[in-house]
Amino acid sequence: MNLETFQFSKSAKKLNSLLIIIPMVLLFIGVYGGLMQTLFRAGIIQSDPFMGGDYYKGLTIHGVLNAIVFTTFFAVALGNALIPYSLKMNLNTKAAWASGILMLVGSVMAGVVMLMGEATVLYTFYPPLKAHPLFYVGLTLLVVGSWVAFFNWIPMYLKWRRENPGEKTPLTVVGMFTTFIVWLIATASVAVEILFMLLPWSLGLIDEVNVMLARTLFWFFGHPLVYFWLLPAYVMYYSFMPKLADGKLYSDMAGRLVFMMFVVFSVPVGTHHQYMDPAIGSQWKLIHGIFTFAVALPSLITAFTLAASLEYAGRQRGGKGLFGWITKLPYFDKEKWFFSYLISGLIIFIFGGISGIVNASYQMNTAVHNTAWVPGHFHLTVAGPVLLAFLGGSMYLIHQFMGKPVKMKGWTLSVPYIYTIGVSIFSWGLMRGGLLGMPRRTNTGASYANPESVLYQPDWMPYIDITVIGGIIMFLAIVIFVVAFFATVFARSEVTAEEPKVTFPITAPLHNEPSLWLRNFKPFIIIAIILIVLSYTPVIYDVLQSTYDGSLPYSPNSPVPLR
Amino acid sequence: MDKSEKMALSLSGMLLVLFFGAIMYAAVVEDIQVPTCITDMEPFTSDTLFQSGPETYELQMVARMWAFQPSTVRLPVGSTVDMYLTSQDITHGFMIENKNVNLMAVPGAVNYIQVTFDEPGEYFFACHEFCGAAHHTMSGRIIIEEEGVAGNQMGALQ
Repeated sequence: MNLETFQFSKSAKKLNSLLIIIPMVLLFIGVYGGLMQTLFRAGIIQSDPFMGGDYYKGLTIHGVLNAIVFTTFFAVALGNALIPYSLKMNLNTKAAWASGILMLVGSVMAGVVMLMGEATVLYTFYPPLKAHPLFYVGLTLLVVGSWVAFFNWIPMYLKWRRENPGEKTPLTVVGMFTTFIVWLIATASVAVEILFMLLPWSLGLIDEVNVMLARTLFWFFGHPLVYFWLLPAYVMYYSFMPKLADGKLYSDMAGRLVFMMFVVFSVPVGTHHQYMDPAIGSQWKLIHGIFTFAVALPSLITAFTLAASLEYAGRQRGGKGLFGWITKLPYFDKEKWFFSYLISGLIIFIFGGISGIVNASYQMNTAVHNTAWVPGHFHLTVAGPVLLAFLGGSMYLIHQFMGKPVKMKGWTLSVPYIYTIGVSIFSWGLMRGGLLGMPRRTNTGASYANPESVLYQPDWMPYIDITVIGGIIMFLAIVIFVVAFFATVFARSEVTAEEPKVTFPITAPLHNEPSLWLRNFKPFIIIAIILIVLSYTPVIYDVLQSTYDGSLPYSPNSPVPLR
Repeated sequence: MDKSEKMALSLSGMLLVLFFGAIMYAAVVEDIQVPTCITDMEPFTSDTLFQSGPETYELQMVARMWAFQPSTVRLPVGSTVDMYLTSQDITHGFMIENKNVNLMAVPGAVNYIQVTFDEPGEYFFACHEFCGAAHHTMSGRIIIEEEGVAGNQMGALQ
């Protein structure tokens, strides 16, 4: 492969390496928590043998560290890597370091109060359960740090556009900017929730919060959050995967269209998480449901474009017949270990996507809302394609930025396949149990899965037990990955005469249309804002006029309010 | 855009339109609803169950850490229940197994759904939103009895 290279400054390399290594440690703490939760739920343990505390403390740590901290760090690192690389421009390292330090300080702050058991509120932190103020401050710093990283890229992009009039922005840059435009719009709402409601309330400056309003602001953020997770994976699917298989991207325009559709439809959909909530008119819920279907469309286009790109690659590699090309892809080529992370994630995502459409389907949500089906679903999305693409991406970025050879390549290659087996078993158990009514976020081991308890639910047991098997396989896959990752980090550097340059497997397009109407973010951002205002004004109006009481803060340990 | 791409795009669009049609069918023909915004209900702080018509009941249920009140409800088969739910402290969740009932109990708001029980039997429900240390014990059941079995116990709270 003949790849373009770019020389990053030493400082940028060091920063990007740290932005990958530190969250890997935090991810592993969260993954350990995940394993413990399957054991808790099955009644195998009653208390965490290492970190102490109960199921709900571990669940909070698992959700925050894995779904919020790890993902945000990786998205920033990927942007810090791909934007300078694709635009051939140096990163402003001062701003980039400032962003990294803010994120790190925030994450550690939130992590410490969670470990102390002062923030057992789960990763959705619904009031009136109250966390320690440092939990809210920590999350705010993490988000602000990610904003600083984004603001650091904007002048680079504008300068590139001025200097290259009439040229198409590289697809990687379009993808990363889409990720962070969605993130900026979404986090504005959770910033309002935290800074004007939860933080002053947690500090005792205000007495009461409107719980329905807080929930609505949270889900304004909470659904686009899933696209913030998914979009960096899409960037890697579109840019890296066809190249790794020696193919081309079937359609460049489809890629650009997909990203612009995410800008437009990611946000005005959040109320589909609140179908079962009071105080919001069902007609507005239905509108959010329709927009959710609209945001499924770019994922369906992606399924086609990526399959067509892989078919092209398979045929280039000598695949014949209708399905012969499938067998020719580099699933087990050690030198292309990254491919296995991307292809496994795509296969998992078929089921993640289908179950997601079920969740979004208005009344059908009644059958699954807040049951174990939901974590079953999102382990096939954020803990499936997103996690695997981010793990593969982390290994690749470390390999490039530290100039280290990837160690244990055979094991590294096998991680996604082992993980896929584990997560399939795990999610099947959760989803099947969920259809029987088994609740999510519940320590079933202490009641419904305990044969001694009057609440024992024998028909849930097979599905709870099967999640233990799946969970152990998932955990083993991550252990193998973490060992290979740190073996790479601590490996001897590849000896070269000069400072090694950084390279990415960037795919060339097969069909390359001018797509002039997809070259500017501005009109799509304007449409997005219009849709957000139209879809959220009636929802907020309903919430404000039909709620009748604010809430005092509560601790999870007592039915008496804290003041 | 080439031919196969256009076809994939139209098929995807048609699939989503089909799903949307199914939702509308369920809403209009099958009359399966999701909770909506209600303003005609006075806030309540204690639980009540009363008969509002020959086969209809009104149930006002209160969720609190860590119990539903009432936690057991007995009704005759064929009952249609207007269910109102609120929370006295933090957020709880309520779902009746094998029925299309799934409600969030949020403090400061009243949630509502109508449900008909055509089959006798025990319907288990468990709190499905994290509500603190003993969340996993917060549950109850609705017992639907055959005609004439329980006589004067009908509509009784326990």
